[in-house]
Amino acid sequence: MPILTITLFLPLVGAAVLLFLPKEDAERIRRVTLGFALATFLASLLILPRFEFGRREIQLVEQAAWIPLVGVQYKVGVDGLSLVLVLLTTLLTVLSVLYSFRENHRVKEYNLLFLLLETGMLGVFFALDFFLFYVFWELSLVPMYFLIGIWGGPRREYAAIKFFLYTLVGSLAMLLAILLLYFHLPAGQRTFDVLEIIRQRPLSGTGLLAQLAFWGFFLSFAIKVPMWPFHTWLPDAHVEAPTAGSVILAAVLLKLGTYGFVRFSLPLFPEVFHQHALLIATLAVIGVIYGALVAMAQTDLKKLVAYSSVNHMGYVMLAVAAAAYAYGRPELSDAAATALNGATMEMLAHGIITGALFLVVGVIYDDRTHTRGVDDFGGLWAVLPKYGAVSITAMFASLGLPGLMGFVAEFLIFVGSFSIIPVFTALAALGVVITAAFFLWTIQRMFLGPTNPRWANLPDLDRRESWTLVPLVVLMIVFGVYPKPLLDVINLTSSQLVAMLR
Amino acid sequence: MNWADLRWLVPELVLSAAAVVLLVADLLVAPERKRWLGWLALTSLLPAAAACVVLLGDLGQLGGTGVRIFADTYTVDAFALYFKLVGLGAVALVVLVSMDYFPGKTPHLGEVFSLLLFAGVGLLLMASASDLILLLLSIEFVSLSSYLLAGFLKADPKSNEAGLKYFLYGAATTGVMAYGFSLLYGLSGSTSLYDVAAKVGQFGPAAYLAVGLSLAGFGFKVSMVPFHQWTPDVYEGAPTPITAFLSVGPKAAGFAALTRTLAVGIPEDQVNWPLVLAVLSAVTMTAGNLLALLQRNLKRMLGYSSIAHAGYVLIALAAWRSPWAQQGLLYYLLAYLFMNLGAFFVAMVAAQGTGSDEIPDHAGLSQRTPWVAAAMVVFMLSLTGIPPTGGFVGKFYLFAAAVDVGLLWLAALGVANTVVSLYYYVGVLRALYLMPPAAPGPVSVPRGLRAGLVVALAGTLAVGLYPQPVVVFVETARRMLGV
Repeated sequence: MPILTITLFLPLVGAAVLLFLPKEDAERIRRVTLGFALATFLASLLILPRFEFGRREIQLVEQAAWIPLVGVQYKVGVDGLSLVLVLLTTLLTVLSVLYSFRENHRVKEYNLLFLLLETGMLGVFFALDFFLFYVFWELSLVPMYFLIGIWGGPRREYAAIKFFLYTLVGSLAMLLAILLLYFHLPAGQRTFDVLEIIRQRPLSGTGLLAQLAFWGFFLSFAIKVPMWPFHTWLPDAHVEAPTAGSVILAAVLLKLGTYGFVRFSLPLFPEVFHQHALLIATLAVIGVIYGALVAMAQTDLKKLVAYSSVNHMGYVMLAVAAAAYAYGRPELSDAAATALNGATMEMLAHGIITGALFLVVGVIYDDRTHTRGVDDFGGLWAVLPKYGAVSITAMFASLGLPGLMGFVAEFLIFVGSFSIIPVFTALAALGVVITAAFFLWTIQRMFLGPTNPRWANLPDLDRRESWTLVPLVVLMIVFGVYPKPLLDVINLTSSQLVAMLR
Repeated sequence: MNWADLRWLVPELVLSAAAVVLLVADLLVAPERKRWLGWLALTSLLPAAAACVVLLGDLGQLGGTGVRIFADTYTVDAFALYFKLVGLGAVALVVLVSMDYFPGKTPHLGEVFSLLLFAGVGLLLMASASDLILLLLSIEFVSLSSYLLAGFLKADPKSNEAGLKYFLYGAATTGVMAYGFSLLYGLSGSTSLYDVAAKVGQFGPAAYLAVGLSLAGFGFKVSMVPFHQWTPDVYEGAPTPITAFLSVGPKAAGFAALTRTLAVGIPEDQVNWPLVLAVLSAVTMTAGNLLALLQRNLKRMLGYSSIAHAGYVLIALAAWRSPWAQQGLLYYLLAYLFMNLGAFFVAMVAAQGTGSDEIPDHAGLSQRTPWVAAAMVVFMLSLTGIPPTGGFVGKFYLFAAAVDVGLLWLAALGVANTVVSLYYYVGVLRALYLMPPAAPGPVSVPRGLRAGLVVALAGTLAVGLYPQPVVVFVETARRMLGV
């Protein structure tokens, strides 16, 4: 059974089914969407029993000819890295769809776009052919434009087109880089097969062209991550997007960037990446500190969470840069593997934690208070005990409290990176302090202190909201206390990559 | 003359006969039954297309080379047949939507179909002409039919203006081209492209002058800067189905003729035309895109966008050495046929629903006619070059060609232009989807237009999702041109 292909296209089938449902029947549309999202999640879980946990290489490959004349094929597969990100995607799509049951505006289009988006995101993680990868990469862009543009906040149109333009610049730069790689394969053996291109590294030793191709990929991924100074689309998009859109944006779409760095940039251009690793680490550290400081200055809770993403993605990039800097120094390969494990762990942790945080913002803003001002609240925990507990756990997880998932990730990143680029790591550790400060301050302002009488009668989490938030909180705690099963999977890819970079 | 050679002309003959029949029938058929003439026109296109396919099979049996007939003035090869099929497709789709558009606007419905078929004959001739005189004549043939079609709605001053402007620009550029051709003839002593090719090396700098002047006529047909100024005005003023036709039919045939002239007639080691066209490509796409940004009228915007697309296609000629360029040129024009016709068809629906061609007036159309709006998403994404559409695969080929021959700067400029173009294409989607509907109620789509939209949509997606059959065809076509 081609389980990857099924997982990949189930949401697309769902979208096609939605096309034929009458748009007035909102309830049925929601249920069908949730059904397909759940089925996709289930399908992605079915990958697990087939996955050989002892193997580091890409496995479960499914392929078919597509445009054989030019070496384009349909080829999908998974390894430790893509497997965990796929699970993250399918889980968060289910929760987002569930959360969106309250969306009453143009329900059919909304749900249809969500399912399309899911196929786009899954395709990026599954694809093992550059042409296919590019198709999915762009496919994940279009639905988000509409999600922000139609269901977003007051400045939605501006935010949506900015998001679209920024990411398209990056995508096209990457397209040229892909073509450069392709045309430097020996004539007659040209292919877009990712594994084959990585094996041959056609641009190594070409000097300028390798540099250009590296920066082409870099631009695409750095905009997506987003790294400072390419981050300016993010606060707009995150703040204006509807809650579920922000969740997917933060939890999965940003990961496409870091995934690209780890999956493509590292193995394709180890020398060039090594050469520029310190520059990239500098940008990462700036992102860490800048993101944290700007987040601290926000009074809008959603903006605060958005900037905390810049900060957290900075940690991921720090670890990736560290791993790149360790290229060619076998004595550092253990540290590099640790850093990469941390990076992947942080991708997941950020996905789960920030996904939860955006839901937390949505729960209070969308149909309770219609305000997100951190200072407009106060003493909320007393009024909303369940909501308070969930929010505070997520914020603690985000600031890196031991025992929760964020800590494991950051710990691994710092331990790994410190042996390779100690100064940068030390500077980045400053970010942790600032993050702790602004989250604690936020908890204090929102949940503690005297209760704001305006909110004295707010209802606590209802059943559906609990269903969206509690699984994420459980995961934060479970993997915070016992990350080993996750790390074992992640480590497969990290050790494979480090072996290639030695 | 060898009478047996006439079989290579069957598509042209069928179409000419049908056009003449239509012209006469228009006088005889009662006005309320003239829609019937449209079906006649459509039916005549079928045997013409079938003949092209049969000829393609015949060529295959001849061992994959082209056939030159009438003293080398006319070449039938897979390259020509490919463009003939594209041209016939354009005529067919435009006839289909014209059946709903023109009734009520003009009593001379049969003339519209007849002129469209005559223009179609011209397209078929352009794709095969391998002699300077025949080339000039076939281009004029298409032009004359197009002038009449653009100005067909005599009661509409804008249509009149379009026809006249088109005519004046066309006449001037054809004159310049004729001068260029006469130089080529004077220098080589022959009008056959094959003879010109053999002697062009002896021309020296005069060859550049001759090629440069000749470019004027082709540039006019494909809307290449600096011969593009007519485009937005004619596109805006002409009846929309005719605009749609002008944007794909003559453009594709213009590229076919230009390509054959350069690739066959002017060896690139003698005259460095790829470099000339690289510069023209850069200027054309940039000018088209920047000017399109400013437009509010959908038809004008598509006019500038068609200039930009001419610029993209010129990348193929600039990078002609690469097989990707040769395939890309053919591929792109097919994808462009579907996506651009589709965009104009949606413009027709929108104009019908809102009574306006202004983009802001199309606000909220997605609520009033969801399928048409969804089709427009595909067309706009395809015109931008976003997968999984034909436009993406086309651009992929063109950029690949540029990278292949080391024209990185041109590829990078193409990328920058693509990003610019996203802004105005998405501007249309913004109106359709993001803005609230200006008026309530569904928009009805006439049957012919609906069929045209379905074909355009299916075509745009099919060539994007499963390009292999087209890729195989264009590979054959380009090899034959090289012979």
